[in-house]
Amino acid sequence: MYQALACVTDNKKIAENIHLIEFEAPSIANVIAPGQFLNLRVNDNLFPLLRRPFSICDVNNDRISVMFNVMGEGTKILSQKKLNDYVDILGPLGNGFNLTFNEKKTVIISGGLGAAPFPYLTKELLNRDKEIITIVGGRSSQDIIKHGLTNLFITTEDGSEGLKGNVIDCLKDINNLLFETQYRVFTCGPNGMIKAIKKYFADNKIVVEASVESAMACGFGICQGCPIEHVQSEDTYKLICKDGPVFNLNDIII
Amino acid sequence: MSSVDLSVKLPNLTLKNPILLASGTVGYGQEIAEFTDLNKIGGVVTKSLSLKPRKGNAPQRIVETPTGMLNAIGLANVGVEEYLKSKVGFFKNYDTALICNVAASSPEEYLECVRLLDSEERIDGFEINVSCPNVKDGGLEFGNNPALVSKITNLTRGATSKFLAIKLSPNVARISEFARIAKEEGADAVSAINTLVGTAFDIYSRRPKIKNVTGGLSGPAIRPVALAKVLEIRKNADIPIIGIGGISVWQDVIEFMIAGASAVQLGTINFVNPGSAINFLDNLTEYCLTQKINSLSELTGSFTL
Ligand SMILES: Cc1cc2nc3c(=O)[nH]c(=O)nc-3n(C[C@H](O)[C@H](O)[C@H](O)COP(=O)(O)OP(=O)(O)OC[C@H]3O[C@@H](n4cnc5c(N)ncnc54)[C@H](O)[C@@H]3O)c2cc1C
Ligand SMILES: Cc1cc2nc3c(=O)[nH]c(=O)nc-3n(C[C@H](O)[C@H](O)[C@H](O)COP(=O)(O)O)c2cc1C
Ligand code: FES
Repeated sequence: MYQALACVTDNKKIAENIHLIEFEAPSIANVIAPGQFLNLRVNDNLFPLLRRPFSICDVNNDRISVMFNVMGEGTKILSQKKLNDYVDILGPLGNGFNLTFNEKKTVIISGGLGAAPFPYLTKELLNRDKEIITIVGGRSSQDIIKHGLTNLFITTEDGSEGLKGNVIDCLKDINNLLFETQYRVFTCGPNGMIKAIKKYFADNKIVVEASVESAMACGFGICQGCPIEHVQSEDTYKLICKDGPVFNLNDIII
Repeated sequence: MSSVDLSVKLPNLTLKNPILLASGTVGYGQEIAEFTDLNKIGGVVTKSLSLKPRKGNAPQRIVETPTGMLNAIGLANVGVEEYLKSKVGFFKNYDTALICNVAASSPEEYLECVRLLDSEERIDGFEINVSCPNVKDGGLEFGNNPALVSKITNLTRGATSKFLAIKLSPNVARISEFARIAKEEGADAVSAINTLVGTAFDIYSRRPKIKNVTGGLSGPAIRPVALAKVLEIRKNADIPIIGIGGISVWQDVIEFMIAGASAVQLGTINFVNPGSAINFLDNLTEYCLTQKINSLSELTGSFTL
């Protein structure tokens, strides 16, 4: 883990309300893995007080990037950062996706801004010669993020783009492409979607790794602010920031 | 730079400097050590320990508020036994004061916790949390009741000859009354303050933002309140004070000392900048040099009204 004062090297809008900001942060770039996250201090003031957590979106040599939408004050300030501004970043934090597995085929399921961790994961999976199918879901075509993703199957609730329905409908629809072989699933998105995916894969035959969120104060295990129920420990909560944010979906109770 | 004396002498405890890290904001010390050098810090106060492990409250446990945050962690901790087995050992490699914060649901349980922990040599002292606002049993109920604070102080004092501080609640009419009781029953210091009870609602769902409904407010937002409590204790009770509440920049440390604190604790700011304590130390020395102060302790209670 490092605390880096990172220089902004790019900050652009890639779609309506979707921003991509890039920093020069070699100490972090050299060690961060897909699914890990960063805790950003958006300014030097005491408002907003807490850092804001963001998934690592991509890594290019010494540069790291974050994909975000403007939700409130913190992300608004981040969207206004200029080239050569500095941002205080803690990272890499948490545990990322498991990249050592035997299955040849992988399915990435992304809901809305849940796409954020997947450009880097996609890159690393392709480096390992994995095949990827990416299902991208949203309410309407405005929510569909394709940046950095490959082999896309799109689904929208209102049918404005791709299959009309949700990611589960889409999974069923492409089932023939998976040839009933073993494959591995990676997912990130709204809680409702993650719950539906958990139900769909409840028979436990397929490993599903999910990146989950919660409010966080510290991001590295000292505040106990980010608990999640875990099957391996009935008497304690796991911490999303330290034990996650990526969990085997069958292990967590959401 | 070394010509300034930053050390602090409290009854039964000498600190190399007045900056401690507050309970609940450093876990058991291990994680924050990745970002800061604990050897340079005056001391570390552990997360509240209870006799049996506690799972803590269901999420959502925290929410940010203007220059502050509400938390209702619910004293999630590994329990005294596990602490002694797997956590305290980490500090054997560090030269900094280790203070165990203890929380319990009865006076007898406080006594039992302190008794068990007291035999561990590495532990330099205790902070008795009679002021947690987030648990149903004990906590704030004790901190609000003079007779119980008296009894808990008396029992725990009997169980240890090490440093003993009572951590007071600001959610009372006169905090100095509790400080006087702590003094009478033999406590070495009082820590002030714990968090203030607060809440926040989501205006669309009309539900509280944290599951516990109310939580403890901490951070810069509470600093003026904490300072006033320290001042009240200083003026009305004769006991060393460890000042806590919203300290976020080095100037805040000085301000608390002037108001009457012998030492201070950093809480919420550790989440924002885990290296804060060390950053402040250089500035404290610099301040003393420019203000021609030989020993930082001279500042304690040095206000003129
Ligand atoms: C591990 C992790 C990875 C994330 N990755 C991304 C990402 O890649 N891109 C992205 O856009 N967003 C991501 N988020 C969510 C992002 O942190 C919030 O959108 C951001 O903090 C909002 O800040 P704000 O000040 O703009 O919004 P505000 O709504 O003003 O924030 C107010 C408070 O709510 C807290 N909060 C944020 N998210 C949640 C939540 N899910 N549940 C409860 N409280 C929350 C904030 O931290 C802040 O303290 C991630 C969150 C986590 C935990
Ligand atoms: C997340 C969190 C957890 C806390 N847990 C404890 C605790 O277990 N025991 C305790 O005595 N105080 C606890 N506190 C209170 C702090 O030690 C401190 O008294 C308070 O936060 C005010 O200081 P600050 O404004 O610098 O944070 C906690 C505070 C926070 C923010
Ligand atoms: S965010 Fe502080 S422990 Fe997870």
